[in-house]
Amino acid sequence: MIDDSKPIFIQIAERIENDIVSGVLAEESQVPSTNEFAAFYRINPATAAKGINRLVEDGLLYKKRGIGMFVAQGAPQRLRQKRREEFAQQYIAPLTAEASKLGIGLDELIAMIKTGASS
Amino acid sequence: MTITPAIATRALSKTYKDVRALDNVNLELLPNRMYGLLGRNGAGKTTLMSILTGQNFADSGEAEIFGHNPFEHDATLSRICFIRESQKYPDDFRAHQAFKAAALFFENWNEELAQDLIAAFNLPVKRRIKKLSRGQLSAVGVIIGMASRAEVTFFDEPYLGLDAVARQIFYDRLVEDFAEYPRTIVLSSHLIDEVANLLEHVIVIDQGRIVVDDDAEELRGSAVTVTGSAERVEEFISGYPVIHRDALGSLASTSIRARLSSSERDKALALGLELSPVSLQQLVVRSTLSRVETLVPAGEQEARK
Repeated sequence: MIDDSKPIFIQIAERIENDIVSGVLAEESQVPSTNEFAAFYRINPATAAKGINRLVEDGLLYKKRGIGMFVAQGAPQRLRQKRREEFAQQYIAPLTAEASKLGIGLDELIAMIKTGASS
Repeated sequence: MTITPAIATRALSKTYKDVRALDNVNLELLPNRMYGLLGRNGAGKTTLMSILTGQNFADSGEAEIFGHNPFEHDATLSRICFIRESQKYPDDFRAHQAFKAAALFFENWNEELAQDLIAAFNLPVKRRIKKLSRGQLSAVGVIIGMASRAEVTFFDEPYLGLDAVARQIFYDRLVEDFAEYPRTIVLSSHLIDEVANLLEHVIVIDQGRIVVDDDAEELRGSAVTVTGSAERVEEFISGYPVIHRDALGSLASTSIRARLSSSERDKALALGLELSPVSLQQLVVRSTLSRVETLVPAGEQEARK
């Protein structure tokens, strides 16, 4: 679940972001505690806390004193906007690089995407 | 902000006959963190922990636990728990007697946790410790180390003979209990992949010297392996410190110390190179191997003379 490609706290933050975007964690719903994350992913609690704090700093989560962490209003929309901006970088660039390696032209690539999207 | 370190050493050195077990070791470990003390067998891990727990002398330098030399200092010793790889118990002891003795010695002892762990490890507490299997013996140590809830706890390769399932129980319970009751834990292990994610800070010792002393998160992603045609790999890695090289015909796989930006990653992609992460275990192996590798050619030169 956790890999070595980047710091764990970033991976934790990204997982929570994913759950917010996909709707698993709805606006105003409570996020698991630091210790629950630590136990679930078998990571150091301080690392889990760092990941959660990153989202608090970004305004995606907020703290209710003595109760826990909650998903902020508007968090899903903001994340979706951010993801759209990153989409070209993360998906289109490697796709076109691989396509040109294989000699797949732009028209062929577009046709393939259309077929893939409709199936 | 000045916090008294849980553990501190200054210029600590120790020599056994002609072996330099510890060579000018300077460390500062903060309270309530989980540390990994990693290194090969004979690197000096156990010597370091023995001195820190007052069970051995240093030749020179200082070792302190919460600002006190632990040697024959009862107030400090009662705050420390050290579980050795081959922990010895009195010959006729049964496991439950060992737990009773530990409960008297450690003021933070938690009987509920001890009972919980006994059940989890399925430990026959009425059997003589002498008659326990290697794994059960390790379980006794793990239970004492955890239930003591000592402010400073050292686990020296605590899992000998424990199977993968039992080790997982140990790691899970350790994270759980540490989250609820933070304390300073030093986990010495060579099963690095298994413990890597639990650690907040990593210390690697090699031939008595500290070669890595970094936050685990700093180390993670601090190196990358570049794989592809040898020529292109060389082009890409120029300027970066190389940790390790592998070659297979015209294919090269080279690990470098680098945090690549996304534009550097794009450049690698454009060159047809593959980038893969270097695990903590590989990093430790590489940082201890590189010294061996530099020693070998010198030996060969000697032989050629």
